[in-house]
Amino acid sequence: MHPRGRFDERVLDRRVHAMSTASVPLRSNYLEAGFSLWSWLSSVDHKRIAVLYAISITLFFFAGGAAATLIRLELVTPAGDLVSAETYNKLFTMHGVIMVWFFLIPSIPSTFGNFLLPLMIGARDLAFPRLNLASWYLYVLGGLFTVGALVAGGVDTGWTFYTPFSTMFSNTHVIAAVTGVFVVGFSSILTGVNFIVTIHRMRAPGMTWFRLPLFVWAMYATSIIFVLATPVLAMTLFLIAIERFFGVGVFDPALGGDPLLFQHLFWFYSHPAVYVMILPAMGVASEIITCFSRKSIFAYRSMAFAVLAIAIIGFVVWGHHMFVSGQSIYAGMVFSILTFLVAIPSAIKVFNWTATLYKGSIRFDAPMLYALGFVGLFTVGGMTGLFLASLALDVHLHDTYFVIAHFHYIMVGGAVMAFLGAVHFWWPKITGRLYSDWWARAAAIVVFVGFNLTFFPQFLLGYLGMPRRYHAYPPEFAVLNVLSSAGAAVLAIGYLLPLVYLAWSLRYGARAGPNPWDAKGLEWLTASPPPVENFTTIPVVTEPPYAYGEAERVHD
Amino acid sequence: MTSSVIVARQFDDSDQQRQAADLGIWVFLASEILFFGVLFLAYTVTRLHHPEAFATASRQTDVALGSINTGVLLTSSLTMALAVRATKLGVRRAAIVFLCATAMLGLVFVAIKGTEYRHDYVAGLVPGLRFSFAGPHAGGVELFFGLYFLMTGVHVLHMLVGLGVVGTLAMRAARKAFTPEYFTPVELGGLYWHLVDIVWIFLYPLLYLVSRT
Repeated sequence: MHPRGRFDERVLDRRVHAMSTASVPLRSNYLEAGFSLWSWLSSVDHKRIAVLYAISITLFFFAGGAAATLIRLELVTPAGDLVSAETYNKLFTMHGVIMVWFFLIPSIPSTFGNFLLPLMIGARDLAFPRLNLASWYLYVLGGLFTVGALVAGGVDTGWTFYTPFSTMFSNTHVIAAVTGVFVVGFSSILTGVNFIVTIHRMRAPGMTWFRLPLFVWAMYATSIIFVLATPVLAMTLFLIAIERFFGVGVFDPALGGDPLLFQHLFWFYSHPAVYVMILPAMGVASEIITCFSRKSIFAYRSMAFAVLAIAIIGFVVWGHHMFVSGQSIYAGMVFSILTFLVAIPSAIKVFNWTATLYKGSIRFDAPMLYALGFVGLFTVGGMTGLFLASLALDVHLHDTYFVIAHFHYIMVGGAVMAFLGAVHFWWPKITGRLYSDWWARAAAIVVFVGFNLTFFPQFLLGYLGMPRRYHAYPPEFAVLNVLSSAGAAVLAIGYLLPLVYLAWSLRYGARAGPNPWDAKGLEWLTASPPPVENFTTIPVVTEPPYAYGEAERVHD
Repeated sequence: MTSSVIVARQFDDSDQQRQAADLGIWVFLASEILFFGVLFLAYTVTRLHHPEAFATASRQTDVALGSINTGVLLTSSLTMALAVRATKLGVRRAAIVFLCATAMLGLVFVAIKGTEYRHDYVAGLVPGLRFSFAGPHAGGVELFFGLYFLMTGVHVLHMLVGLGVVGTLAMRAARKAFTPEYFTPVELGGLYWHLVDIVWIFLYPLLYLVSRT
């Protein structure tokens, strides 16, 4: 590099240092703003609320994981010997309800979205800080109802609460469980309103729409789904509770109601909810891949529009969950075509990530390993989604382990990998500490191997005809099920490892500077951990996002 | 910018604060529409399955009280709009009067609705509690009344929230909380009130008028 370039960098470094050292003695960072429990539970600082969410969703993740562990243990042997069929039903319901509503949906938006959105757009906080805290309390309240339902004896309907089973036949705690999901839905709505307004109204000077990081675009698209889909679920679950309580049989065929109406309403929310899980993950992958390729994202605008397109088309594909429900064949055909259409913006994103890597100076730090794992696993999950979107093939694959494998590739291989990537990428920013890179890379590889070992055999099982939601199966499926359960054990180790080395880093990790990855983006301009007011002075944005190549070229 | 506006720490100035609040309420109202949308869809599908029962059942509703209530609620929207206007112009006394009038009309609506509910109960038209309709299509009639109580019930819940909001606004107006520079809460409360009103404009024909031709 040219000497002048180095000089410039030193000046820049000194400026950043001046900023961080100036901010520390004057105002403490957000972690030191108060140490009592109440200072956390009453904080309206978006960064503290993000940490509250992070702790709560981690607890739920391991609760849902415990149920999954028991499921995989049961399936080690063909006979239903470890738990009864009824307990097994309750286990997969618990696994689904907890993982979907109390981990996956809030995971990236409520933790990283909350923490990063104001930092990324150069704002002091979200537009409505008290609403933000209220959303966390609603989340906890919903969680208590659901945990209460589980402790009181569980629910056996599956996470989908299909009628008429959930209204007429199930003798379990359906009302408490749907109340929990109803309440947590309002937490999503409040988060969505807050994010939309913040992105519209709180951007720093110079932060135009097409200078927004793609993570912010992803949060925007996700928030639209939160606001427009969640109320539909809320009212639908309310109708279930009313039906069980007052016998108003809107969904009950015996009383003249229509059970298919429930499926339509449920999937009108729950299919877009899948995009609530994957869009933030896409945003995370975009941030990480550009940083560790040292290149601007390929085709920024198409990435932003693809995110919006996925969110919008995602609203009109719900019928692909109902190909064998008896809906009209024409509806099926339309839903099939629309579902194929979602693959287009999704593929644009995958190709753009790949093109971003091309001729980049790639570094394989832990966040990058997770991000690359995300792209690969999301691609497999997305492609198998096209199998299921095909009307005729779906008749064979419907309700088999093929479906389970498909959506776990999206939700676990995609969303959870990206979540872990985000944890590793922004951990230094959030905590101010660096973790052990060796252990983090090792964990990323263990997760990737364990994941594929767990879920790839399930594609084969499903193709061979093994149905989901049974606790016993014919002996010829034994080998693949044992492989899957063995993979789950590896995966569990991969998920437990970060708990250890990240906790270790909190006490013993080296101090991270403001920008340990040499990344672009406003969040890296401020100290780590950021001061309470985020920035000592609100930054003025003068360059496009991800100006990796450009800035380095200017210095040469 | 005047000193009468308190700007929260996350905002640059009162303009940004007001624009954020405005957008926030509109996004929230969009969410509300989807919330009610489920009930309207459930009504539509159920009516398609049971057209005769819905015709029979809607004739059991009290169209006189329903129509009076529609007038009451529409008038309350007028007084609400006038309250917002008066607040913006800084005519405090008129704003208080209009806010109180809105709250009174809202109370009258809820009271009339309660009277209707009592009549329905006496007539045995409340599914789950007291249902004794014995004519033809009794099953479908029961579904209609289930939806009737759900839809008007959720609407009345929104009315009660609105009454709390308007009452609070009236008290704050009396304490001189609002100025021509700072009227955001009144405007937001007004938008919410109008949405609840608009929902009723759809409920009224669907539940009361549909088969009375």
